Amino acid sequence: MILALQLSHFSAAVIFALFASIVFGITQRNTQREMLRYGAQCFGWFVIGMYLAGWLMRLLHH
Amino acid sequence: MEKTETTALSEKQPAAAAVPFTAMSVIAPALGWLIPGAGHLIQKRWGRGLLLMASVTAMFAIGIAMDGKVYKPNSGDLLDMLGFVGNIGAGGLYLLSQALEWGRTAITYAVADYGTKYIVVSGLLNVMAAVDAYHIAIGRKK
Repeated sequence: MILALQLSHFSAAVIFALFASIVFGITQRNTQREMLRYGAQCFGWFVIGMYLAGWLMRLLHH
Repeated sequence: MEKTETTALSEKQPAAAAVPFTAMSVIAPALGWLIPGAGHLIQKRWGRGLLLMASVTAMFAIGIAMDGKVYKPNSGDLLDMLGFVGNIGAGGLYLLSQALEWGRTAITYAVADYGTKYIVVSGLLNVMAAVDAYHIAIGRKK
C-alpha cells in the first residue's frame, strides 16, 4: 500500500481497545445494560493496563 | 427425600443439556463467520449485528490500511500458521483480502506490526461473534 495509515502507538492501542471492548461486551453478557457496563469496564481495563505497561517499559528502559 | 431430589435432578439434566438442532443454529454462525455481524442480523438483533459488523470490519480494514500482514495457510512456519488460524476467523474479509492481494507487503516499521495484530484479532473477535450468534439461535441467549 502506498499511503499506509500512520497511527501512534497510543492511538493504535486505544482504537484496538475500543473495538475489542465492543465485541466483548456484546458477546459476553446477556442484557443490554450488562453489555454496556462490561464493554465500558473492558475498555477501562485495557487503557489502565496500557498505561501500566507503558510506565513499566519506561522504568525498565531507564 | 434425598432419593427424590436425585430423581428430580436426573430427570431435569437431559432436558437442560439437550440443544435444539435447527436450521438457524447452523446458518447463523456460518453466516456470521462469512459476513461479520450477519449471524445476529439474520436473527433480527439489529443493533448488536451492526455494532459487531462495524467493529470487526473496521479492525480488519485498519489493519490492512496500516500495512499489516495477512498470513497464508502453507507458509511452513508455526507462528505463521497460528496467524493464519486467526486470519481465517474473519471469514469473507479474509477471502476478500486474498482475492484482492491485500496484506502482502513486507513489514518495515513498527506500526505495520500493529496492523498485523489488528487483522488477526479481528478474525478471533469474529469467531466470538459467530459463537454468540449460535447461542442466540439455540436459545441460550436472548
